[in-house]
Amino acid sequence: MARAAVATARGGGLARPRHGRPPAALVGAAGFAAALVLLPVAFTILQATQVSLHDAIDLLVRPLVGLLLVNTLSLIAATTVAAAIIGTAAAWCVERTALPGRRAWAVLAAVPLAVPPFISSYAWVSISNGFQDFAGAFLVVTFAYYPLVYLPVAAALRGLDPALEETARSLGQSPWGSFRRVVLPQLRPALLGGMLLVALDTLVEFGAFALLRFRTFTTELYAQYRTGLDGPDSSLLAVVLVALCLLCLVTEVRVRGHARYARVGGGARRVAVPLALGWARWPIVGAFAALIVLTLGVPLGTIGFWLLQHAQAATSPVVPSPALLARATLASVGLGAAGSAAAVALALPLAYLATRYLGTWVTVLERIAYLAQGVPGIVIALALISLTVEAVRPLYQSAALLVITYAILFLPLALVSVRATIAQVQRRLEETGRSLGLGWFAVVRRVLLPLAGPGLGAAAAMVFVAVVTELTSTLLLAPIGTRTLATQVWANTSSLAFAAAAPFAAMMLLISLASTWLLARRFGAAAFPRLG
Amino acid sequence: MLRHLLHPKPHTALAAVVALALGCAAPAARATTLVLYAAQHEQTVDQVVKAFTKETGIDVKVRTGEPPELASELLKEGASSPADVFFTANSPELTLLSENGRLAKVDPATLARVPPQYNSPTGDWIGVLARVNVLVFNTSKIKASALPASLLDLAKPEWKGKLAVAPTDADFLPLVAAVVAEKGRPAALAWLKGLRRNAMIFDDNEGVAAAVERGAAAVGIANNYYLPRLAVEKGADKMHSTMYYFGHGDVGALVNISGAGILKSSRRQAEAQKFLAFLVSTPVQQMLAKADVTFEYPLVAGVAANPALKPFDELQPPKLSIQQLSDDRDSAKLLREAGLI
Repeated sequence: MARAAVATARGGGLARPRHGRPPAALVGAAGFAAALVLLPVAFTILQATQVSLHDAIDLLVRPLVGLLLVNTLSLIAATTVAAAIIGTAAAWCVERTALPGRRAWAVLAAVPLAVPPFISSYAWVSISNGFQDFAGAFLVVTFAYYPLVYLPVAAALRGLDPALEETARSLGQSPWGSFRRVVLPQLRPALLGGMLLVALDTLVEFGAFALLRFRTFTTELYAQYRTGLDGPDSSLLAVVLVALCLLCLVTEVRVRGHARYARVGGGARRVAVPLALGWARWPIVGAFAALIVLTLGVPLGTIGFWLLQHAQAATSPVVPSPALLARATLASVGLGAAGSAAAVALALPLAYLATRYLGTWVTVLERIAYLAQGVPGIVIALALISLTVEAVRPLYQSAALLVITYAILFLPLALVSVRATIAQVQRRLEETGRSLGLGWFAVVRRVLLPLAGPGLGAAAAMVFVAVVTELTSTLLLAPIGTRTLATQVWANTSSLAFAAAAPFAAMMLLISLASTWLLARRFGAAAFPRLG
Repeated sequence: MLRHLLHPKPHTALAAVVALALGCAAPAARATTLVLYAAQHEQTVDQVVKAFTKETGIDVKVRTGEPPELASELLKEGASSPADVFFTANSPELTLLSENGRLAKVDPATLARVPPQYNSPTGDWIGVLARVNVLVFNTSKIKASALPASLLDLAKPEWKGKLAVAPTDADFLPLVAAVVAEKGRPAALAWLKGLRRNAMIFDDNEGVAAAVERGAAAVGIANNYYLPRLAVEKGADKMHSTMYYFGHGDVGALVNISGAGILKSSRRQAEAQKFLAFLVSTPVQQMLAKADVTFEYPLVAGVAANPALKPFDELQPPKLSIQQLSDDRDSAKLLREAGLI
């Protein structure tokens, strides 16, 4: 969910920026946010450089790294292609055909983004261990991330001029031929961008693969940490992972940034006439129903099934009770609230700077903030553990550190919404405030924030959902005695205590789905820039 | 909460949120709260901690993790570690902390509760429970007569595709140390490479036991408590697998000691000593032995083990002392050399 929103909304805005000198406090605050993002990456690289070149070659050129690369790359290849096919087909059917119930399918096809992948992998694994390893990983990741293709492609289809297709048809192209030669090339930026996001999310995913016992770089980093081997050698592995992620991120930015198709000609574009499907509509409805059953029905159904089973004390690390469930829910909600506040607070100065001022430094700071998207949570968490235990002891194992980690992880997500909101606030109003004698800070407080309020709320709510469903850094950084919904699901599921995990998983899913639904209802498409 | 967040007055919402955040961050420190770093099964820890708080009124905050993970954390934290007590699944981590001078001496009266060979030789940790390594096997996949005489046989080619292991489970590391102690490092490395060729790899022993039970693997290396727990859940009559105890002092019958020590840096030494004494008190040892949760061997004399287990005095473990099992760090390196992690 996070990444699609971030990818579609980067850049752009209404208020025109200007050259000039931004207040030092503003630059300082934005610089602080950027520095926070760079800190764990820089620390990891620094640690990795402690390995001598000879050792580094030994560590990197060994069967295990080969296995991880093969596992990771083959999974990425399979899932991106599968997600591209499912996502594009679903988008085309919803946007371009007279599919019965297309409005409902349009929403339902996007909902799987609100189901955390480690929850769906819990569901699949608990049905059969046969879903472990490649097949299960492929299934879970494809079903979790195909909306990352579906949403941008659907948006692109909505924006296409049907006249081009009609011209192709009138020149003798078959429907498939006109799709392949006219529509597909125009979809390319959205499609490739979406596929790269799928690849990026597959690279950084940890929980789903750990439960599916599919070994990737993230699960290996965790395994090394568990066996007490978290030193420079692990950092080296982390650097390889970060490099792969950044490669995806940079390619994605380039694909979206450079590939644009412009429509020339006068007048407004028509809305495409939906294609009548004839008898084919029932198989297609069947396919949509199957997709929803597999992506939503299976997780919800399995959790429902396990809720009715008794959790045995012998095999359940955490035997659920109403009190424990309430405590974990409170902890998750509290961290979610704190994390979203921190992320929005970090994003505000960056967004203000980026929408109001021009300059190389402004661009650099903003780019750095988006870099956080390409750094896996496990790398950030492991780096911050080492960093705080060695240098910033008061933060070590504190709730504050966990909140800071959330703020770093979800800064890009917050920044997208905050930036869009701030950009929509008319600068004239701020200038009027200034001319009436208000100071810079008073303008922010009395003009900007009230106008941007709803948008900031939406940003905070999106980060809130992301934090509540976050597993990796919560697992590694939760302070002593803090158990969240995610960590309780994890403790039970990793010991195969599925019945004991169910109440916690159900609560997490409930919060995620309900928040997303509220968000969509309150803000409509504006809450999800990619849907627009 | 969400509605409040979305309220168009961000400053009030933000203020509330920040207050909440600070509330989360504020340490709930009370004078009588012990901090326990626990690398034992959560269900066991939970049972003990609840009973302890009930009896003494001392609250216990628990940090859970794998034994090597928590031990390495404790070493890094050094003198300012928040931990008071470390309760862990296997002795090597306690040995590691002891060698680094991180553990305080245990009350002699507490030490005396446990036979001396199961305690720290220097008196800075106590044994609490013992567990034995076994081979779990699926009775419809393999006959008991076809099982190997030694754990080392499992590296032979005929076991290819039949074996499940969890090299990153903390219970596996002492086994590696035991093979090193008995056969030397090169032989241990060759054995591990054989396992890598033969075995399906799992994250932990729960996965190994489940894989054998469903028949995905014929045999699996695991400690003795996973199958009895599975039997509690499924019903003993529905089990497809059972345990094979290695005999004749084979390294595969390794007995590990799960123990506890007090951090030197702890500022609650008296309460920590109380907790250790509590762990080896007869009622607690009886509780752990009787409840169908833990399935480990109590170490205090006169407390009988759970009847689901082979009696402790019938086990034929290899003659290895706690010192010979060293501290797991080299075992982890060997696993990496063999390509298992």
